[in-house]
Amino acid sequence: MKIRVGHLYPDYLNIYADRGNIAVLARRAAWRGNELEVEAIGMNEPVEVGAHDLYYVGGGQDREQALVARDLAGKGGLVEAVEAGAAVLAVCGGYQLLGRFYRERSGAELPGVGLFPLQTIAGERRMIGDVLLDCELVPGQRRTLAGFENHAGRTLLDAGAEPLGRVVAGFGNDGESGFEGCRVGRAIGTYLHGPLLPRNPWLADWLLSQALAHRTGGDAPELEPLADAFEAEAHAVSASRARSRGGRHA
Amino acid sequence: MPGKVLTLLTPSAVERLAARLPQGSALVSATNGKTTTTAMVAEILEGRMRLAHNNSGANLVSGVASTLLSTREAELGLFEVDEAALPEVARRVRPRAVCLGNLFRDQLDRYGELELVAERWRRAVAELGDSTSLVVNGDDPQLGDLGRERAGSVVFGLDDPRRAAPELQHAADSKWCLRCGTPYEYAAAYVGHLGDYRCPACGHSRPPLDLAARAIELHGLDAVSFELVDDEGPVSVRLGLPGLYNVYNALAAAALARVLGATRDEVRAGLERFTAAFGRFERLRIGERTLLMLLVKNPAGANEVVRTLVAGGAPRHAVIALNDGIADGRDVSWIWDVDFEPLLERLERVVATGDRAAELALRFKYAGVEENAIEVIPDLGRALDRGLELTPPGGELFAVPTYTAMLELRHIVTERGFARPYWKQAA
Repeated sequence: MKIRVGHLYPDYLNIYADRGNIAVLARRAAWRGNELEVEAIGMNEPVEVGAHDLYYVGGGQDREQALVARDLAGKGGLVEAVEAGAAVLAVCGGYQLLGRFYRERSGAELPGVGLFPLQTIAGERRMIGDVLLDCELVPGQRRTLAGFENHAGRTLLDAGAEPLGRVVAGFGNDGESGFEGCRVGRAIGTYLHGPLLPRNPWLADWLLSQALAHRTGGDAPELEPLADAFEAEAHAVSASRARSRGGRHA
Repeated sequence: MPGKVLTLLTPSAVERLAARLPQGSALVSATNGKTTTTAMVAEILEGRMRLAHNNSGANLVSGVASTLLSTREAELGLFEVDEAALPEVARRVRPRAVCLGNLFRDQLDRYGELELVAERWRRAVAELGDSTSLVVNGDDPQLGDLGRERAGSVVFGLDDPRRAAPELQHAADSKWCLRCGTPYEYAAAYVGHLGDYRCPACGHSRPPLDLAARAIELHGLDAVSFELVDDEGPVSVRLGLPGLYNVYNALAAAALARVLGATRDEVRAGLERFTAAFGRFERLRIGERTLLMLLVKNPAGANEVVRTLVAGGAPRHAVIALNDGIADGRDVSWIWDVDFEPLLERLERVVATGDRAAELALRFKYAGVEENAIEVIPDLGRALDRGLELTPPGGELFAVPTYTAMLELRHIVTERGFARPYWKQAA
């Protein structure tokens, strides 16, 4: 089956090896007989509800983020697409832009999409380091996510909003709440790069499964397991880094 | 360490020591190539004047202080300077010349975003005294602008569209016009975002070049030759190092050395005498085989190493080493921004090693390399052994390590009695 991915602003938002995440989705889809069809959605191009099963939004430097923020907020479509069951992975800058707004240190605000119930305010110091999360996307199935974070923004979830996970080591959304990321339906936003999916293949498979559910209109299918020896080793090293030296202010 | 102690005890010591240098000081900074460029300048100026040169790579304020302390007889201070340390070093040393080579995304966990470094450099340049000469790479939009805005700057760049990359690399930075944000159009993109750019909307473009390289010929892994062109006309140079990125280093060195008083003949002779700076491109004999080490630090540099290896006749085996110490960058995500694919397509077997060996293995696996062609051997010594085993007698093993992995590999080879310690070579 063809899984249609809408990759938002790949020319602008690609700072933390976002193409690694796309490569993992594409290979893992292909290894199970599915095809990932990735289409770029750039400036002045619409998000058409139903046209894509999964959206990807990567991270950018402040300059790039400012260049796309207004275009993205004005596009519309993404909130409706998620309501209609599309999956989303938004990383770092992309995650911030899917909240309500990003307030720069100057006080200027970049408008957000409003998909995630949160807002982000730039802090004095950056939160940088290895990070480890405890997640439970599927009730009863606890999994860990290992990654690297590097952000000046403090992201505050609205009361009752669902985080992606709880911080085991590192900073997470704001360095205080113990929460990291946000989830709305099949949409995931997170600060974790590294990139995220190669060393956390279970999340890649969860996203693929959700995208397939959107494609078929049925339940999220159980995907056949793959040999993930390198993935497991990389995850273990990354997780131990987070435990031993997670997060420092800079 | 003495430098650190000194700067702690007497913060103005650097200023006083630097002020005593009769010929003043010159600073070289860049994301990539500052060690090589500075070593080239030293080679050119050798014989002309005695140098205080931080050739051990200690490029923070403390390293400059140590060098000044240990070379009291020097006439000229020649310092490579860490990008983040440039403003402070410039403020203290009050240099006679500053050479800025390039700005690439590098160790975002350590330096922050590219734009932050660029902003610090803009402020540092604005604070330079009127008599300070500025030398910049005009092919880098951020730096070309600094040169344009400061009277008397020397701007260098490449001028040989035949050597342009077919397209802008994935990791290219500074793709958007500094003035208006429109994507630049490149008449030629040479290395990363370095090239002959022009904004189609507002016309912001590369400044005119005072010093250029033309008629560039790449001779595999052995050499690169080019014509060095300035207002006195062209002069041919053959460099005993491969790759376009070394042409940039040579141009930067030539431009700075001329500002410091070297003649064209001295520039040419110095560049042609030059052999690689420590560990950057080093061939070591190990019994019946040779080991060629090419240091990688960030996507732009690694892309050039890949390009050079492939142009040199793509190896069948390679040892690629990824550590994540502070000097390597703790965030290893940059390996996903490197265009490894042209190298991987031709490799029969790749040994992934270093602290983050498994991460490298994933990079290769998801690039399409068969899992059974990837060996994960985190221990560098064992990985080296495995690489040598894969290399036939008389053959060459290619190793591509990050900084601390390079130091460690070199140490291993030295321990086995095959290479002279670097401090003897540097002397």
